[in-house]
Amino acid sequence: MAKRIEASNVSSYYGSFKAIDSVSMAVEPKTITALIGPSGCGKSTFLRSINRMHEVLPNARIEGRLTIDDQNIYDPDVDVTAVRRMIGMVFQRPNPFPTMSIYENAVAGLKLNGVKKKAVLDEAAEKSLRSANLWDEVKDRLDRPGAGLSGGQQQRLCIARTIAVEPQVVLMDEPCSALDPISTLAIEDLMFKLKDRFTIIIVTHNMQQAARVSDKTGFFSIDKTGDPGRLIEYDDTQKIFSNPTQKKTEDYITGRFG
Amino acid sequence: MSLLEREAAGVAMTPDNIRTKQLPLVVNLGVALAAIVLSAVIVLGTGVGNWVLVAVVAVVFYLVGLYFAASRVEGRRAAKNRTMQSLIYTACILAILPLASVVWTLVSKGVERLDGTFFGSSMNNISARDPGGGAYHAIVGTLEQVGIAALIAVPLGVLGAIYLVEYGRGRFAGTVRFFVDVMTGIPSIVAGLFILSFWVLIVSPWFNDGNPRFSGFAASLALTVLMLPTIVRSTEEMLRLVPGPLREGSYALGVPQWKTILKVVLPTALPGIVTGVMLAIARAAGETAPVLLVAGGAAAINFDPFAGNQQSLALFVYQQAGDASRYAPARAWTAALTLVALVLVLTIAAKLLARRNKLSR
Repeated sequence: MAKRIEASNVSSYYGSFKAIDSVSMAVEPKTITALIGPSGCGKSTFLRSINRMHEVLPNARIEGRLTIDDQNIYDPDVDVTAVRRMIGMVFQRPNPFPTMSIYENAVAGLKLNGVKKKAVLDEAAEKSLRSANLWDEVKDRLDRPGAGLSGGQQQRLCIARTIAVEPQVVLMDEPCSALDPISTLAIEDLMFKLKDRFTIIIVTHNMQQAARVSDKTGFFSIDKTGDPGRLIEYDDTQKIFSNPTQKKTEDYITGRFG
Repeated sequence: MSLLEREAAGVAMTPDNIRTKQLPLVVNLGVALAAIVLSAVIVLGTGVGNWVLVAVVAVVFYLVGLYFAASRVEGRRAAKNRTMQSLIYTACILAILPLASVVWTLVSKGVERLDGTFFGSSMNNISARDPGGGAYHAIVGTLEQVGIAALIAVPLGVLGAIYLVEYGRGRFAGTVRFFVDVMTGIPSIVAGLFILSFWVLIVSPWFNDGNPRFSGFAASLALTVLMLPTIVRSTEEMLRLVPGPLREGSYALGVPQWKTILKVVLPTALPGIVTGVMLAIARAAGETAPVLLVAGGAAAINFDPFAGNQQSLALFVYQQAGDASRYAPARAWTAALTLVALVLVLTIAAKLLARRNKLSR
């Protein structure tokens, strides 16, 4: 199921502004990769480039090659929706659909892509909500609005929604930044569980989190405001946090950035 | 001494007592009473006006008196707060007064002819001396004309707004938006003249052996011209309020853009869109000029909106109000009441329908 992602010389632009410059990295299947770095260094932009979400913004474009199991997702004849179905995404701020119930939110991806059988949807809802550690909390109120849950629950609902369509890759853009430590822990536990089935790439500002959950870590940085972000170092998490090759990486993870 | 204490007069960062004195309610009422008495004495004493002027002057006296009383007891900031608060209440009452007055006038004058004959018969063969007659033909006309206009304008308007918000980029979208803005300002008589010269005089002869013909449908087209810009602009604003992350959340599930719009964006914006549509319908239902120009008005019932003259409620009010019969004004009032009630019922129904889809909160 899980797929290998390889980026070679990926540069992303917002209009004429170059947000990231020539990023190359390979992400192996069934691993967790963490992207760390200061604000504005292009981690999120890179993440959004992986499932072609970058181009949703006006005037945004990308150069370079991004392959998923050796298929370039930026070939002109690629079906964007197929790519996004294959590469799911969890956003920084929980964004459950406000007009849908918890149940409808969980199976939104299936329903909106044409699954109609109630039995199939019911099973998928329970399975994905269980995977997201949310089932026990919401099983008695599945018909209540998804927006009525707490922030942490909403975020887990969004994760359930994402994994319900069974993507091969799950991208997470600072999924825990608005959550309390208990919800954060629940989501980290969840990532370990999901690792058996998915390839996970997570952007985080929390270095402990990167160290705890990830197999590999990529460090992004910029020289100064207005410059494009670059991938400074990409290696095993163990190596990055104990013995980084680059001085910049060491400065950042030891808190001497700046 | 803190910066705030040094620079802002009267601010104590560590006051000995954090309680303040409150203006007693008795004083407040006393000021009000004094204002009324004083105003009555001045206005009625000099004989310059009646009780309306007394009320207006009393409000002014009350606001001034309240400010001084409150600034004595509570201090300037609290006094300003009280005065502004009273001012806002006054403005609110002033805004509601005309509405209440309209409703009261309509009900009190319209109740005279609020009977079965009014809703069950037309003005066919009713002469100036006949007390009966009704607005059945006008109600039928209004419902058909506005209904057809809504059937055309709502899909076009909503689709146009979706184009402008979700797809429109560059010069073409800008041009469309500009012309929608221009259309908002079109006077209804101009819309009527446009349909008269285009539809009634040029197109309708093709369907009627070469003779131009009035019809309710022509009125619908004129009303469509008036409704479109309102619907496009209000829907556009509502769609823009839908947060971008919701769309992205849907795209990230592999949902195509059209389905995202249909299943996520539109339901989220639905209550607002319904409000905009109802505003447009209410405006169209009250239009007189275009109906007069292209449907002509009629005294008899005409169920067919595509052939022959048709009446509408607004036009009925206009004609009856100017009619030489002594029974006509009562008909006009009742028709006006009916029109307002019709729009009210439609609006409430639409709001309920829009809410039914939403989850209970």
